[in-house]
Amino acid sequence: MTWPVLSVVTFLPLFGALFIMLAVRGNEGLARGTARWVALWTTLVTFALSLAMVWRFDASSPEFQFVEKQPWLLGLANYHMGVDGISLPFVILTTGLMPLCILASWTAIQTRVKEYMIAFLVLETLMVGTFSALDLVLFYLFFEGGLIPMFLIIGVWGGPRRVYASFKFFLYTLLGSVLMLLAIMAMYWDAGTTDIPTLLRHGFPATLQKWAWFAFFASFAVKMPMWPVHTWLPDAHVEAPTAGSVILAAILLKMGGYGFLRFSLPMFPAASYEFAPLIFALSVIAIIYTSLVALVQEDVKKLIAYSSVAHMGFVTMGIFAATTQGVAGGIFQMISHGIVSAALFLCVGVVYDRMHTREISFYGGLVNRMPLYAAIFMVFTLANVGLPGTSGFVGEFLALIGTFKVHAPVAALATIGVILSAAYALWLYRKMVFGTIKPAVAGIRDIGWREGIIFAPLVALTILFGVVPKPVLDMSAASVAQLLDRYNRAVAIVKAAEVAPEAPAKDIRTVSVTR
Amino acid sequence: MTYDITLQTLVPALPEIVLALGAMAMLMLGVGLGERTSSVINGLCIGVLGLVFLFLISLPAGRHELFGGSFVVDDYARFLKVLVLIGAAGALLLSLDYLTLVNQQKFEYGALFLLSTLGMMMLISANDLIAAYLGLELMSLALYVVAAFDRSSARSTEAGVKYFVLGALSSGMLLYGASLIYGFTGTVSFTGIARATGEEASIGLVFGLVFLFVGFCFKISAVPFHMWTPDVYEGAPTPVTAFFAGAPKVAAIAVFVRATVVAFPGITQEWQQIVVFVSIASMALGAFAAIGQRNIKRLMAYSSIGHMGYALVGLAAGTAEGVQGVLVYMSIYVAMTLGTFAVILSMRRDGQPVETIADLAGMSRTHPTTAFFLAMLLFSLAGIPPLAGFFAKFYVFLAAIEAGLYLLAVIGVITSVVGAYYYLAIVKTMYFDAPAPAFEPMAGSLRFVLAVAGLINILFFAYPAPLLGAATAAAKSLF
Repeated sequence: MTWPVLSVVTFLPLFGALFIMLAVRGNEGLARGTARWVALWTTLVTFALSLAMVWRFDASSPEFQFVEKQPWLLGLANYHMGVDGISLPFVILTTGLMPLCILASWTAIQTRVKEYMIAFLVLETLMVGTFSALDLVLFYLFFEGGLIPMFLIIGVWGGPRRVYASFKFFLYTLLGSVLMLLAIMAMYWDAGTTDIPTLLRHGFPATLQKWAWFAFFASFAVKMPMWPVHTWLPDAHVEAPTAGSVILAAILLKMGGYGFLRFSLPMFPAASYEFAPLIFALSVIAIIYTSLVALVQEDVKKLIAYSSVAHMGFVTMGIFAATTQGVAGGIFQMISHGIVSAALFLCVGVVYDRMHTREISFYGGLVNRMPLYAAIFMVFTLANVGLPGTSGFVGEFLALIGTFKVHAPVAALATIGVILSAAYALWLYRKMVFGTIKPAVAGIRDIGWREGIIFAPLVALTILFGVVPKPVLDMSAASVAQLLDRYNRAVAIVKAAEVAPEAPAKDIRTVSVTR
Repeated sequence: MTYDITLQTLVPALPEIVLALGAMAMLMLGVGLGERTSSVINGLCIGVLGLVFLFLISLPAGRHELFGGSFVVDDYARFLKVLVLIGAAGALLLSLDYLTLVNQQKFEYGALFLLSTLGMMMLISANDLIAAYLGLELMSLALYVVAAFDRSSARSTEAGVKYFVLGALSSGMLLYGASLIYGFTGTVSFTGIARATGEEASIGLVFGLVFLFVGFCFKISAVPFHMWTPDVYEGAPTPVTAFFAGAPKVAAIAVFVRATVVAFPGITQEWQQIVVFVSIASMALGAFAAIGQRNIKRLMAYSSIGHMGYALVGLAAGTAEGVQGVLVYMSIYVAMTLGTFAVILSMRRDGQPVETIADLAGMSRTHPTTAFFLAMLLFSLAGIPPLAGFFAKFYVFLAAIEAGLYLLAVIGVITSVVGAYYYLAIVKTMYFDAPAPAFEPMAGSLRFVLAVAGLINILFFAYPAPLLGAATAAAKSLF
């Protein structure tokens, strides 16, 4: 490798933002147009480069690839970047959705366009960085840094209650994360490094594992979000501009799941094993309770937000089931949800741009005026329900199978969520799209070419991944296998210690052989 | 005992000597040239500080002791002196334009700044209780006067008097503590105290320690000796407030740290609990009391109380890592404070300074660049990565975790979330609210300070090695 492709992918958007900040001047109208085009091209080039990474990625190796390492904090932490099969899908998801977000904001954002594009590009750098950082301090830097642009996006371009929503989002997430920061420090003093590949091989003492697990849990559970710390999400989603909601649902939420996979499970296996029942309980509550809450929403975005919480419940459940199917299902569900929820928020954005309301009861009979929109909306509604043939099915199904192997009652309860999701999603679709057209929306236009371009790849991917989930599953398979291998070995030691404290060595061997 | 003082042995004290001569020269010049040239003299004072800086960095490396060991120049002193010089020069730069505006051109201003800076440099190098007291008083006496510098303003006079009375009280306590320590150890030298104390602390020594800490805590405005801070910050002329918030705190915390780790290394148990309590109380009060503030100078006062609490987290650890954390914290804190005050000084409508947070409304529309820098400084003060303020907090908490002070660390990070609220509230005012009338254009010197502080603050993450390296070396020289 001759040039640091991963760093370029990470920091190219930042340079785009700098360019807009410094070079784009002139009168308001001209600056707006230039800022939009610069942002679009920056994100497109970034996406193309990240696809080149996929091309050169060796999926058969579980190791980190495209690794870069530079000294940074004087031996404490290094600038260490790299991706493996778990993080690469999220990088692609991020870079792929960004151009769509820029396009979706093309006409919807008319005030302070320059600043808006800068905020989005900076956010992209921070998100890609979060998924590709191989040093805990570096990871934290990217992870938390994302709060600043997102705070401004919600607060400046958001809806009427934007101040409340942006503060809630910021403070909630910050509170969770500062505890994680302390855990990172404790891990540093125990292991002598914050290098993630090294820490993945480091066995932490049991007490530290428990506390650190809880600290990381505090951060990721808020980010995910898990019940009962999900309450910031509906507010943030409702008030954020469309593209902001897309980024929130599709990528920021995935940071929580990614964090569980990258840190909690492999670094604190004993604690993860011990607290898995807690995760199961919270996940099942999230799936059932928030689905019920979604049923009574009057605001479209709120409904989708609650459905996101429910879907993330499947992810946490699958991850902590710690079976191949469960973890693979969790990853797949995150990618699928990234596409589907993004598309759903974009669907809401389409009608919101035209009518400036998100009241479900305001709409009705849209199919009569917008047949193409109705068709697209249907694809994503069904994907959200988890209909076989859409990407939503694969993820939920794998996560349920994976959990069933470990804990059948949990899987059984979670299945109720699938039924409920059908209830609220189809109910929403019927209310908005079917029936006789309401006079208020009688003049609504169907989607135009720009919106068509946005939806086309999302529809294609939803159906493609529903039928051929192999590309995503293959990409992460080797890394997942290695992760679970390490996890199971560590758990075997714990189990052996529970059964026969004096002779744990034999059991380790048997378990690692059976794997 | 007699000491041979030749010119040769005075070399390590050259920066202080130059500064003292410079301050006197400025006074003479001012008397000779009269009031009209005061802005020239203020400019010259910055030049003097620059000259002192050159002398400071060209000192021979290593540790030097003067005057029988009561004045010491080591890496720790060098680091903090540079910081103090930056803080003082920055505050003087911020004053240039302000003094012309409010028609307060008096040549004593710059000279008093220099004298106070001289006191700080003495304080940083002080290696016994008497030298520390002398430095502290020289610093404070000049500060009392500049706090009341705006003679026509009742608020400024009140600030000066209040600061003086409370400052005198705390100096008395400090002296009382020093005399107790002397009485129970038989020496005033920090190293001598450490030797005389050993691992056992007599009750009298602990009493002395407590009173000594009271004096230090007053100077760094740590809870529960912070009461003067909001009133003095609000009442003093704004550039003087900018000075108060930066350099004197650096100097005071420098002597606090040196006295604690050099003189009392054997009785960590005794002083650690005091520092932990003061730290927690400062962080909590700084976070909660700032929420209700409307005046931005008062808000900065509470913010600085909180920040001193965070800096003390590093001291509470009592290790080289902790001292390194304090040094990194203070460096970044000075940069953030100077930048923020540059913006506060630019808040001016119709020739009159305005000071409420509401006056910043919609600043992102009327002054986009200034608003951007201020927003970044505020996020940094809140400790949000990737800005410099995050690294400041990172290093002190890292040391606290190493020392096993988990409760302190947890309370600290939680108060930092509470504190983030009021910084966010200012960002909200600037970015989310409808614009208020624009301020007058920012003076060149303010722009300069803001740009330098803002860029350091934003770009610190890209190249942190020089500051971290210097802080590590400085911290090591104490152990």
